[in-house]
Amino acid sequence: MTKYSAFSLVRHALSGNRNWTRAWRDPESKPAYDVVIVGGGGHGLATAYYLAKEHGITNVAVVEKGWLGGGNTGRNTTIVRSNYMMPGNTMFYERSMQLWEDLSQDLNYNVMISQRGQYNLCHSPGQMDAARRRGNVMRANGIDAELFDRAEVKRRLPYLDYSDKARFPIHGAIYQSRAGTARHDAVAWGFARGADRRGVDILQQREVTGYLWDGGRIAGVQTSQGEIRAKKVALCVAGHSGHLAQMAGLRLPIETHCLQAFVTEPYKPLVDTVISFGAAHFYLSQSDKGGLVLGGDLDMYNSYAQKGGLPIVEHTLASAKALMPCMSRLKLLRHWAGVMDMSMDGSPFITKTPVEGLYLNGGWNYGGFKATPASGWCFAYTIARDAPHKDNAEFTLERFNRGYQIDEKGVGPQPNAH
Amino acid sequence: MIRIDCPVCGLRDETEFTYGADASVTRPAMEDTGMQHWVDYVFNRDNPRGWHREYWHHVQGCRQWLVLERNTLTHQIGTCHLARDADLAVKEAAK
Amino acid sequence: MKRLPSGGRIDRSAPLNIRFDGRTLPAFRGDTLSSAMLAGGVSLVGRSFKYHRPRGIYSAGVEEPGAMVHLRDGPRHEPNVRATVAEAFDGLVATSQNAWPSLSFDIGAVNNWLGPFFSAGFYYKTFIGPFRRSTWFWMMCETFIRKAAGMGRASYMEDPDQYEKRNAFCDVLVIGGGVAGLSAALAAGRAGAQVLLVEQDFELGGAVLSDPVGSAGDDWVARARAELQALDTVRILTRTTAFGAYDGDTYGLVERVSDHVKVPVAHQLRQRYWLVRAKRAVMATGAIERPLVFGGNDTPGVMLAESVRSYLNRFAVLAGQTIVVATNNNSAYAAAADLAGAGADVTLADMRTTPPVEARTLAETAGVRLLPGHGVIEARGGKRVTGARLVPVDGTGRAQGATQTVKADMIAVSGGWTPVVHLWSQRYGKPVFHGEGACFIPDGQDSHPLQGAGTAMAAASLSEVIAQGFDRGAEAAQAAGAPGDAGKAPDGFACRPFWQNGLHPAWAVLTAQGKTLGKAFVDFQHDVKISDIDQAHLEGYVSVEHLKRYTTLGMATDQGKLSNVNALSRMAELRGKAIPDVGTTTFRPPFTPISIGSLVGHEHGRHFRPTRLSPIHQWHVEHGARMTEAGAWMRPWYYPQYAEDLCTAYIREAAHVRAHVGMVDVSTLGKIAVQGPDAAEFLNRIYVNGWKTLAVGRLRYGVMLREDGFVLDDGATARLGAQDYFMSTTTANAAKVLAFAEHLLQTAWKDLRVHVTTVTDQWAAIAVAGPKARALLAKVSGADLGPGALPNNHLTHAMIGGVQVRIHRMSYSGELAYEIYVPAGYGRHVWQALHDAGGAFDLRPYGTEAMGALRIEKGHVAGPELDGRTTLKDLGLEGFASSKKPFVGSVLQQRPVLEDPQRPTLVGLEIEGDTGAKPGALLYAAKADAKGHGDGWVSSTTYSPALGRYIAMGLLKNGRTRKGDVVRVEDFVGGQSLTARVVSHHFFDPEGERKNG
Repeated sequence: MTKYSAFSLVRHALSGNRNWTRAWRDPESKPAYDVVIVGGGGHGLATAYYLAKEHGITNVAVVEKGWLGGGNTGRNTTIVRSNYMMPGNTMFYERSMQLWEDLSQDLNYNVMISQRGQYNLCHSPGQMDAARRRGNVMRANGIDAELFDRAEVKRRLPYLDYSDKARFPIHGAIYQSRAGTARHDAVAWGFARGADRRGVDILQQREVTGYLWDGGRIAGVQTSQGEIRAKKVALCVAGHSGHLAQMAGLRLPIETHCLQAFVTEPYKPLVDTVISFGAAHFYLSQSDKGGLVLGGDLDMYNSYAQKGGLPIVEHTLASAKALMPCMSRLKLLRHWAGVMDMSMDGSPFITKTPVEGLYLNGGWNYGGFKATPASGWCFAYTIARDAPHKDNAEFTLERFNRGYQIDEKGVGPQPNAH
Repeated sequence: MIRIDCPVCGLRDETEFTYGADASVTRPAMEDTGMQHWVDYVFNRDNPRGWHREYWHHVQGCRQWLVLERNTLTHQIGTCHLARDADLAVKEAAK
Repeated sequence: MKRLPSGGRIDRSAPLNIRFDGRTLPAFRGDTLSSAMLAGGVSLVGRSFKYHRPRGIYSAGVEEPGAMVHLRDGPRHEPNVRATVAEAFDGLVATSQNAWPSLSFDIGAVNNWLGPFFSAGFYYKTFIGPFRRSTWFWMMCETFIRKAAGMGRASYMEDPDQYEKRNAFCDVLVIGGGVAGLSAALAAGRAGAQVLLVEQDFELGGAVLSDPVGSAGDDWVARARAELQALDTVRILTRTTAFGAYDGDTYGLVERVSDHVKVPVAHQLRQRYWLVRAKRAVMATGAIERPLVFGGNDTPGVMLAESVRSYLNRFAVLAGQTIVVATNNNSAYAAAADLAGAGADVTLADMRTTPPVEARTLAETAGVRLLPGHGVIEARGGKRVTGARLVPVDGTGRAQGATQTVKADMIAVSGGWTPVVHLWSQRYGKPVFHGEGACFIPDGQDSHPLQGAGTAMAAASLSEVIAQGFDRGAEAAQAAGAPGDAGKAPDGFACRPFWQNGLHPAWAVLTAQGKTLGKAFVDFQHDVKISDIDQAHLEGYVSVEHLKRYTTLGMATDQGKLSNVNALSRMAELRGKAIPDVGTTTFRPPFTPISIGSLVGHEHGRHFRPTRLSPIHQWHVEHGARMTEAGAWMRPWYYPQYAEDLCTAYIREAAHVRAHVGMVDVSTLGKIAVQGPDAAEFLNRIYVNGWKTLAVGRLRYGVMLREDGFVLDDGATARLGAQDYFMSTTTANAAKVLAFAEHLLQTAWKDLRVHVTTVTDQWAAIAVAGPKARALLAKVSGADLGPGALPNNHLTHAMIGGVQVRIHRMSYSGELAYEIYVPAGYGRHVWQALHDAGGAFDLRPYGTEAMGALRIEKGHVAGPELDGRTTLKDLGLEGFASSKKPFVGSVLQQRPVLEDPQRPTLVGLEIEGDTGAKPGALLYAAKADAKGHGDGWVSSTTYSPALGRYIAMGLLKNGRTRKGDVVRVEDFVGGQSLTARVVSHHFFDPEGERKNG
């Protein structure tokens, strides 16, 4: 295993880049593992990594039906932030933020965490009040947040529409300076390499088709290439949680929806931060390559299709021009969609399930990418100790029975509204 | 652009409609005080990959709630009935 | 490089003045920017993305990876324009991009020498930073990387041009105006189908346009065009790109209405977005020629062979004089022959040892020097090709002997062709591998409403192209229900050889050891080399998706149009698999980049979303009201007198109401007519309180919950008649409540004979409040409104200003108050009548801010308290809930966390000191640390003119037991730290004497 550094790059360059070795192995499956993680996206790989690193559990396999990082890890808009207001969420996302801040060093893989800041724009006095509450909760919990008025936003983001023509005038913004972006693929690859180095087997091109049972307890998985026994099976398949849970006889408080994302052609630096529109579901940032990355809305209907419909394409681009009129002459390069676990309160699950031996990590709504490190960290903790960490203590399935809905938006049990 | 053949208005773009919810769950009777029945109705879903019975509201048309069959993998559209008639339609289909 | 004295499809009578980097280029109408560049001797057009290598014109179409420029200046400036598809127009100004200080001397080119260090994925392996918490280190590096990356420079100026969206319907959409598309349109059009034929070029003809003027194909196209134009069921759109195929058989098109002129003429569009619903569609999108891979294959002067031919025959530009044509198939023989015929010295290196006889004959007749079994292993030259190093090759493209260098100013390459299957793939997923053509094509399942035809399906001959086009067109017309008969397909004509017959599947020319001589590019725009693919393979990034993401292959603005098969073939070779087993990526819309403005159409600025206006809106504006957004509505916020600010104004307005009388426009409230024999039962179910006893002529406040037991909305409902109720909702929740009611009535409660109808827009509503309200209304209406005749929570009918209105006696402000419901069209008239009569009573209008102050003084909940997370008990509204009946949410509101006695509940807060608190401040116990989520939060605040102090409402843990306590009110982001005394939220007139008076 090569340690990555500028020095190693030079050394390899001098030998014609012919001596690089695999970033992770392509192992044969063992017949049994302590833990089988289903899903080789960021969350599954992070779970494997932290199981090995934090809990010394290395007899672990990650089983992926396609190629690792090929699902939502590779389809999101790469935003990281920790601006959550509800008890149960706030400190979890802050843990994630703190893990992000060390992740490149920890993994020896540059995940390009770029703390470019994030603005949530407000377009009415009511939105300013809601933003103030959020900002205060963040500050009271040791998370950075600032509330800017219109003049300050205009000074910082002069290219937005402050004219009389703006349909929703900008009243101000709440800003988190530690928020920003990371390189999504690198997160999957970095965790894969780190987990592999600690002995985790990453098994690609293997689809889980069912479970092995030992009485009422899950004892492993049936895959497209045979059985793998496991003491614990952990699902990290957001987007498909319902499907994998159904095979175990569980119905989840989740609907699957497609969320759209967009990128423009690459341009020289235009936007040096992350900006969220407050009048529509829209946000934007600029990638290192120069493409403006636009986050759109759900298509609103349940879908596993991984493609977006035209109405939301139109809405998203209209939001882009409404916010930043100069975007009109810029060109859309590609639009795509990811399948999301949309939960009934907009918050995730990191929990044991009613089925013995089965653990669930899912229900990430829009928030999966930013949560990746803490999700893996907390899920590993939950799997290793059979009890949640305090940061994921409320991410249970039975919270709906108790009435503990973690509803950041306050829209109630309507998955497509979160 | 999904297009829905509204039984009242004819073939229309999805933008005239709003998506409602899973139509396969049944609302418990008003008198039902069983907590788990209501939790299941309000929160828990089959969330199938494939054909799905779902409510759509023709909000910018006849304002009727429809029960539509739609494939969640391909977005292919199946039958479409007024929600008022949907039970009847299901029964007829079963015959 | 020169313009030939005759020939071409350009209009030599229309010379154009165009400039590139300050240099004037000779151009005519019918030229593209790239043909004018070639005619003007421009070979260096841009710099590459990563290594800043010199790049020239590589193609003649949408696949162009190198010739990207800034087009126009000022607010119409547009970056990343492909010179190959930019039509020349008089006054065109273009400049080069991604080079500094100049195109010819670009500092960034130092990256080229550091190339080995910038190997695949290098940035994942370095810039990690020296120690923990050092994201700043990467961010510092990133600043420089960002400046070097990007391509064109965008402008911050607002786009002055207009766009529009147009909806269209047709039986058959034909995409592509080449021979296959024209054949399809003919068949469908003759059969009587409504046909829309779209072509991205400004001329129909497709590949025929690259044939010499006067060839047989010209006649064929002219006849087809004439016949189509004569059919009134056929519409032809040129300069129109079908960018996406979507669900429901809908297609997105962008028509470039004015991009070929300097400035759109007055009131003309720049571009038009067409949303087409097509029963059937034929994808006759043709194919894109594929490059060959060898050292320096990106040097300006290396071009696609058929593109060179296109420049020669369509634009009369001979792009080189001493030309090496390199190929693995037959199609490039036409280019070689035409170039030789135009006087160029042409050497043809064919990787195949025994080219077919017809091809040989074509070349030899034209005087082309043919080198079978040879490939180009390296292009020589820096900013322009100066020579080609040729070498005998084996079947895999490995060198098999000594190289020889020949002089050349151009290398024209053909590695076969790649069918354009984007639209099909967007809709139906991954295409299938076609062996002979070594390419991916649609699967041919005839159930799909979108079918491919022609070279998009790898048709192997012209007759096949015509037959496929015609058959697909005829089938589509029939499937769409067209009545007629398509007749007979048109005859064929002589044309250049196709690529599929005898293509040799080798694309890279390498040394005997399998190495490239110099940098050999697979993806030109993102500078991805063969060696990057090799390295990705070594490191285990072997799946197509990993390869793409790790090396950025195919992710540039050409989206892999040129690179796909060449990269796959290399990875297949490395993995010892066949190309189809390596797989291909999924194509995503749009086919080519489309301007954001085009899809936005008119929906920008004020028209981004509809604006809802009260019937009285104009009065407010005319009387100086400051308006504010309330969802989609505009509402009067306050009516400043002289230079009053918000604070002064609302305090004055609120005090005025309590002292005299005020009126406020509440037309935005949701209004729902609930009618039918079971209306009372319906209300009984949807509201928490009981409705069975409400008499006609009375009204009642109601609260409703969501299904999950949290509070949804509140408002008053009046009983107008035995079966006729008038429900009001909050402005914000009107649509939600109506849809919810309809859902319940049409699904779960079908037994109820009730109809709900929105009447929000049918009624204007005016609240008149204050001690003098009764006197004022009695005067204008003449009705008896005395406390006996119209007690609180009663309604009556009356005339105001000659208009029949309904007067509901109810109070939100706590004052003696009425809501007057007026048919919307008379809203302003009645408002004005009140205003006219109000002088004697000192009536003043007040805005939403004063309305808020009055309701906070009374402790009424509103949006900030109804935030979707509060329960009846949280808000002190549990007393309204009936225990005698079930209602929506009645079971789930009993879940343990909702019943937790510790939950924050609504309290009043008297702010200590003389500054007000802000909504969103957090509450902490007086002696506690201000850390964590706290004990609650402040929801609404105001200065209370009635109490003469700042007050607030908030939700506080155990609020009911903490009356009299002092709590900390912390606004961290506002830098404000206050204390407040916890009191009842019914601050003012708790007994309601004023409203009931």
